[in-house]
Amino acid sequence: MAGLVPAIHVFLRSVSQGVDAPAKPGHDEREACFPNPRLMLLFVEQCLNGLQFGLLLFLLAAGLTLVFGIMDLVNLAHGSLYMLGAYFAATFAALTDSFVAGAVLALAATLVVGMALEVVALRRLYGRDHLDHVLGTFGLILFFNELVRMIWGPAGLSLSLPMWLILPVELLPGLYYPTYRIAIIVTALAVALFLYVLVMRTRLGMLIRAGASNREMTGALGVNINLLYTMVFGLGAALAGLAGLMQAPILTVQIGMGENILILAFVVIIIGGIGSIRGAFIAAVLVGLIDTIGRAFLPDLLRLVLSSRAASTVAPAISSMTIYLLMAVVLVLRPEGLFPVSSK
Amino acid sequence: MKRILMGTAAFVALGAAPAAAQQSVKIGFVSTFSGPTAVIGNDMRNSFEVALEHLGRKMAGKPVEVIYEDDQQKPEVGVQKSQKLIESDKVDFVVGYIWSNVLLASLGPVVNSQTFLISANAGPSQIAGEQCSPFFFSTSWQNDQTPQAMGEYMNQKGVKTAFLIGPNYAAGKDMLTGVRATFKGEIIGEELTRWPDQLDFSTELSKVRAAKPEAVFVFYPGAAGVQFLTQYTQSGLKGQIPLYTAFTIDAITLKLQKELALGVPGAQQWVNDLPNDANKKYVADFRKKFGNYPTFYGAQSYDAANLLNSAVVAVNGDLSKKDAMRAEMRKANYASVRGPYKYGNNHFPIQNFYLQDVVKDAEGNLTLKTVATIVKDSQDRFHDKCPMKW
Repeated sequence: MAGLVPAIHVFLRSVSQGVDAPAKPGHDEREACFPNPRLMLLFVEQCLNGLQFGLLLFLLAAGLTLVFGIMDLVNLAHGSLYMLGAYFAATFAALTDSFVAGAVLALAATLVVGMALEVVALRRLYGRDHLDHVLGTFGLILFFNELVRMIWGPAGLSLSLPMWLILPVELLPGLYYPTYRIAIIVTALAVALFLYVLVMRTRLGMLIRAGASNREMTGALGVNINLLYTMVFGLGAALAGLAGLMQAPILTVQIGMGENILILAFVVIIIGGIGSIRGAFIAAVLVGLIDTIGRAFLPDLLRLVLSSRAASTVAPAISSMTIYLLMAVVLVLRPEGLFPVSSK
Repeated sequence: MKRILMGTAAFVALGAAPAAAQQSVKIGFVSTFSGPTAVIGNDMRNSFEVALEHLGRKMAGKPVEVIYEDDQQKPEVGVQKSQKLIESDKVDFVVGYIWSNVLLASLGPVVNSQTFLISANAGPSQIAGEQCSPFFFSTSWQNDQTPQAMGEYMNQKGVKTAFLIGPNYAAGKDMLTGVRATFKGEIIGEELTRWPDQLDFSTELSKVRAAKPEAVFVFYPGAAGVQFLTQYTQSGLKGQIPLYTAFTIDAITLKLQKELALGVPGAQQWVNDLPNDANKKYVADFRKKFGNYPTFYGAQSYDAANLLNSAVVAVNGDLSKKDAMRAEMRKANYASVRGPYKYGNNHFPIQNFYLQDVVKDAEGNLTLKTVATIVKDSQDRFHDKCPMKW
């Protein structure tokens, strides 16, 4: 730890010099004299990027952790619901000619698909081995990918933003940030608050918590477990759909878009503690920030010890490992995750 | 769908009548036919089929059979499929390859079996240099060439400082090196991103904003190009810092990029409006059949079929005469849709590069248009390292 502080100083100096290098006589002299405010702005902007990515992961992980924690179901097809959310949004937005209407309809559609999926397919997997869950839901991934190919074709779709969301806003003097990413942050925070109220303050939430702590006892007390499971799964599906439809205007809507991000969502729920929404929230923001900050500053840090070319090649490789390192550390120190749901 | 059925029928016929197979020209075609980049593979296959139809599905009087294999954009799958084509299908030629890392993995097994491999897209620097092979030909370019042309264009525009962004794999590194080779201004930032799983470029775009370059050069093939352009616009950088591209805007991605691509220049060795007869015929028939414009991936696949045809015709269908076929292919003696070109000692084309821009055609569709010739008869920088001389 002791060596870290001087290293950071050297690093910050090098970054500020790096940023300053192009400053030629024609440039704004004020900026050349005070490089630090610009560096601070960059840092704030990167933190916002990390926060936005983390909150998006949270939406995906919240559904996953609910289903895993309460229903004890490993759902690999969660990423397919994310994909469906995006496809629905692109389709409905094109039909209604409104981004917001498209998003709301897509959310409802994913909820319905999720509940139908639980009733038709997943119900048969309860009480079976986790391996059966993995096999069954992996089959569902293939099914949904093929279904999407048949309905929408292989080329993918795009979802355009309305004018008021396209351009950036100036958050602080000199700090421009895409409006749409701010909208994602605000929406995800609102959803987090909604989930908190739902889980901690409502009767449904009480049942969800009871189900997470002791499923058998909850059932024995006369709670309609079937209905509870359908609702929880539908909620999880809608959250995944929301994540997918919010990503759609940033990424393209394409087959298999949920598969890579699902791995990160699993990392998040393992770090956060399976079944814990609070854990998922904190772990998701942590993973988002670490991943983004790693990508943002690792190349510059490595350039202190490596050649520029080597650094820019190695940095993406190392930064993609950081979150898995975090997971490994958490698993060693707290195998149950940071916020384990109280004992079963 | 019809195409798939025909392919299947050919495949079934193959199994049923091995005797007939000896009479035909057998071509293995490796490209990506599943996953998000399957649209590129489909475009290559469609163009290859159009070329075969123009040839009457015959080369030197022999029927042509094509076996399409999906590399899933993974080097380990690509090499396995290439080996299968050589060892169990015993094809006469292997064609295709979108991705440089897939081609690098697959090259050895194919050329070591003395089978000709025609790359219809990927052009890694290694194969242009030390790893060049008498059994390898390219109908595309060496990766560095196109960005080198873009670097030249940036010089012409008087750009003083630039920021380079690309994916962290063989072609991404070649592309950025290519710009460095010709761009005379200062490169004040370079970012390589995780490939192919990183789709969000917010971190890199924030760095661009902080570095304040006069220009950004970017290489993102396929859907990643759509994502990059969308996010570049959303970040507000599009109006502030001009974007220069290689292989980021093509006929497929344009359908998703739409108006965002207007005014973003790219460099290319082929554009759909090049005024030669072969190209007019290819583009017209492709559009008639599939409704949309072909991509450069398709044009290169169309050329690959015709290059092969020239070799097979030259030996009158006697495919054992490999030296004679090589000698013929070295002449590039066929009507390429990019216009005439020559081969360098490493079997990569020496060719012109054009500046392309996005415009609306007569029917209001967005399409690409040739604006100017950036460089004439450009040869890649690695041919000196290739020991092959002829």
